[in-house]
Amino acid sequence: MALNPEHQLASNSSFERVTGADFTPAWFEGYRVNLSATERRATTLMTRRTVKKDWQAAWLAHAITCIDLTTLAGDDTPDRVRRLCAKARQPLRDDIMTALGLDALCVGAVCVYPTMVNHAVKALEGSGVPVASVATGFPAGLMPLSLRLAEIKYAVEHGAQEIDVVITREHVLTGHWSKLYDEIAAMREACGRAHMKTILATGDLQTLGNVYKASMVAMQAGSDFIKTSTGKEAINATLPVSLTMVRALRDFYQKTGQIVGFKPAGGLKNAKDAISWLILMKEELGTRWTRNDLFRLGASSMLGDIERQLEHHITGRYSAANRHALA
Amino acid sequence: MPSIKDIMEKMDYGPAIESDAEVRNWLATHSAGVGHFINGCFVAPEEPMSDVINPANEEVIARLSKAGPDQINAAVKAARAAQPKWASLEGHVRARYLYAIARHVQKKERFLAVLETIDNGKTIRETRDCDIPLVARHFYHHAGWAELLDIEFRGYKPVGVCGQVIPWNFPLLMLAWKIAPALATGNTVVLKPSELTPLTAQAFAEICIEIGLPKGVVNIVHGDGETGALLTGHPDVDKVAFTGSTKVGRLIREQTAGSGKKLSLELGGKSPFIVFEDADQDAAVEGVVDAIWFNQGEVCCAGSRIIVQEGIAESFFARLKARLSTLRIGDPLDKANDVGAIVSRPQLERIQNLLAAGMTEGAVLHSAPGPLPNKGFFCAPGFFTETAPAHRVNREEIFGPIATTLTFRTPEEAVLLANDTRYGLAASIWSQDIDRAIAAAAKVKAGVIWINSTNLFDAGAAFGGYRESGYGREGSRAGLFEYLLPLRSDQLSLRPEPNRECAVTAPNRVHYAAPAINITAKLYIGGKQVRADSGQSYPVMGKNDAVIGHAALGNRKDIRNAVEAAAKVDSWGNIAGHNRAQVLYFLAENLSQRSTEFAELLVQTTGATTKAANSEVEAAIRRCFWYAAYADKFAGALQSTKQRHVTLSLNEPWGVMGLVCPDEMPLLSMLSLILPAIAMGNSVVTIASQSHPLVASTFYQVLETSDIPNGVVNLITGSRDDLAKTLAEHDEVACLWYCGSKAGSTMVEQVSCGNLKAVWTDGGYVRDWLSTREGYGEEYLRRATQVKTVWLPFGE
Repeated sequence: MALNPEHQLASNSSFERVTGADFTPAWFEGYRVNLSATERRATTLMTRRTVKKDWQAAWLAHAITCIDLTTLAGDDTPDRVRRLCAKARQPLRDDIMTALGLDALCVGAVCVYPTMVNHAVKALEGSGVPVASVATGFPAGLMPLSLRLAEIKYAVEHGAQEIDVVITREHVLTGHWSKLYDEIAAMREACGRAHMKTILATGDLQTLGNVYKASMVAMQAGSDFIKTSTGKEAINATLPVSLTMVRALRDFYQKTGQIVGFKPAGGLKNAKDAISWLILMKEELGTRWTRNDLFRLGASSMLGDIERQLEHHITGRYSAANRHALA
Repeated sequence: MPSIKDIMEKMDYGPAIESDAEVRNWLATHSAGVGHFINGCFVAPEEPMSDVINPANEEVIARLSKAGPDQINAAVKAARAAQPKWASLEGHVRARYLYAIARHVQKKERFLAVLETIDNGKTIRETRDCDIPLVARHFYHHAGWAELLDIEFRGYKPVGVCGQVIPWNFPLLMLAWKIAPALATGNTVVLKPSELTPLTAQAFAEICIEIGLPKGVVNIVHGDGETGALLTGHPDVDKVAFTGSTKVGRLIREQTAGSGKKLSLELGGKSPFIVFEDADQDAAVEGVVDAIWFNQGEVCCAGSRIIVQEGIAESFFARLKARLSTLRIGDPLDKANDVGAIVSRPQLERIQNLLAAGMTEGAVLHSAPGPLPNKGFFCAPGFFTETAPAHRVNREEIFGPIATTLTFRTPEEAVLLANDTRYGLAASIWSQDIDRAIAAAAKVKAGVIWINSTNLFDAGAAFGGYRESGYGREGSRAGLFEYLLPLRSDQLSLRPEPNRECAVTAPNRVHYAAPAINITAKLYIGGKQVRADSGQSYPVMGKNDAVIGHAALGNRKDIRNAVEAAAKVDSWGNIAGHNRAQVLYFLAENLSQRSTEFAELLVQTTGATTKAANSEVEAAIRRCFWYAAYADKFAGALQSTKQRHVTLSLNEPWGVMGLVCPDEMPLLSMLSLILPAIAMGNSVVTIASQSHPLVASTFYQVLETSDIPNGVVNLITGSRDDLAKTLAEHDEVACLWYCGSKAGSTMVEQVSCGNLKAVWTDGGYVRDWLSTREGYGEEYLRRATQVKTVWLPFGE
């Protein structure tokens, strides 16, 4: 379902940062999600809408601006991060940019581990591309809260403007919603001015009911974004899960007037995925929610596919990966 | 053309038009007109021809011939000639043909989808994702039935030549629903598509040629209702299958009455869409999209009456309004459009008139915002609020993309509102509480129930309606019976008329047998022995014309009272089959205790030998056991449809059944009709043998001692056909079995069309009540029930 026309945001509207709400279980207790109906909507969203030709190219170029270009691997090194940052500054080849009639285009952010933040900040200096850092014992989050909060502060001190935190799944699986609220609220406080994206690790939460409830708690606790996955769970971002999360986000907006962003992450590999999630955002929440201050795609390999698709759009020939710079 | 930068700013959808180049080429090759397909050949198109119009842009895309009597004769003749050979083919060979059709449909799926879109106005998304895949699925499924027919349907034979008339809302899909089961079971067909949407049928005929289908097996004739009437009325058509309006369904029922034609009708609906307070409301909103805003609302089973629990109504209507604002209406060939064009201008005007009527009555219409295309027959989707059950828009089928809404307070009231309609095609029930949802599903009177879903179709799930939505099923095993006849003996003899009129005064020259005590035979209504309303009795003649007693002379008021009593019964159909079985066994016990009395009465009244009378009583007792045995073994089955869906096909009782008994074997024939009906949970109004009514009046004494709840069996004696007429006309009676004369069979079929009750007659031919083929069997159980298909998706 979409937003009421009176709730639709104008395409250029600005908004206040999320402040959260008191812990209010009534907003999610007893909330039930029908799996089959959610899956059906998710599937038919993609068969009901499509973009072709110039529109497809434009949507893909737009998608680039929403990408959190990510490296979260054990073998990350400063040089690896610098390479990624270079790509973030210049995601498309100049000739493709020219052919599309674009003069400036960057990704939404670069997302790294805390110890890589300072390298990324340096590499992105002057580009306007923010550095996002995962924190709080990513990906499992099973560390003492004090250490997790310290990790957030560390990343922020090193220049991260966005912090992607993970939640304690135990609190969801055991229904300890107030503990979850307190934990996320503490993280938000630790983030300070940095924007906080709360990763629900939906693959671990399993049911869509849990996903909805965890989303609502995360927003009540002041998350700027809610995010599906770490990329390390067995099941990453799926459309039904995303649909459930954006519906929670809509409900939160209608209750509080506060505007929360959404970030699917993990398993998003190709250009088609980018279009699919943009359609989801546009149909369920409206066009304003497709902009990169409210929508991010957590992905590492998606950009390469988008580049190939865009080159094909321009030349009419199918492209190869080696024609585009590595991330 | 906007720049990439502009589009990035606006993030709108550009045009995404499906190419119609191939279809245009195809239409060009048919520019001389579309003719009929008879005996494997295309008849050269002939004037007068009608225009076939693309409703999305009002262009004439083809010209269509109209079949008159000669062409219909030729088509039926071709089908008749082809039928024996087609039926005698090995099932496997017929399976190969059906498989080839399915394959060819898939090989041309895009072409067929575009053609259907241009012809009908429905969106390419729907033809591509719904219509055409379901067509292929239907032929695959029935290829399977053809293969298995000999094993799965032993004792049945094809009906013969089928005359099939289909509507314009799902042209190729309805063709598939008609042709696939007919062909699988060894029938041949003459099919008439709607003159508004004949083109995919033409393409289908071309597929028949491509796959080498034998000549005459499928014949397609074109034309309007006149042509349809010629086909359904053709004397050499054995079976009529019709999908369309209830109005035309009634006409066909009247037209075919007494012809012996087998008939199935899939008619209109005004299906409820119930949203409980514990529903996933977002899911239900999308359900509405798939219910009434699907196919421009031109769907017989569309959830067109949205019935919402009062506490959530405001929130739900707000969500619906918001959802309306994101529906895209326009060029049906655009892959990103949700709603296309209405099929024709008259249809659009009909919708608009009904909407105006709704607003005049005070309902408030909420429509999708935004302009409609300038050309083409477009109607903005929407819904009414502030409607009342009495409003015209709540009673009549709008057949457009507009639903009505009502609110309810309790689950009971939801069911009450849901059932407040003449129709009973489908229902959609939304609740996350399985107890609540299934309870509602059990109580709603509809042939298809979708729990937390809507408009799901599959060849493996029976589709068809209750009440004035028609009878007969399409799809699954249930659908095949519409195209099969049980094997019967070839020796048919017409039933003799009752031996006397029901004259109140005794005829001359009779002698009374010396009575012991004068017996007053009464009627049996609502568990009580009651006098006839007429206050009269008629003499009953035994052998040698002896008056052996008097029977109550029932009249139409007695029928009315009996139906009322039968309709009041509410628990009999809901109790466990085992409990009904117990009652039937007990009935057998009590009958056997009085077997000598019944045998003597049979000798006296029918003149049968003692031996024959004894064996009739014995057979009657056995029959009690047989149906008692089945009482808990014919509940239905699980169907294999889609993954993670439980699809149940439930054999539900009709409710009130009317039974008209013959004179032959008066005890056994009466029990052969009553037992299956009550074993399956119906309550019955039985018109006993006119000539041997004392059997019934003795039998009610057995009923009284057998724990049969009051009103489950009602027995009326009197003039058979007078009573049968009242019973056949009665709108509360859902199903009628008639075993009387040939003329009476025609009469009951004719007058049954008021509420379109299902009627089963034997055409006035005597049945062999002792035989396993004719006297009892699965067919009786099947005809004592109607299939309710319940879809229950699951998962968390």
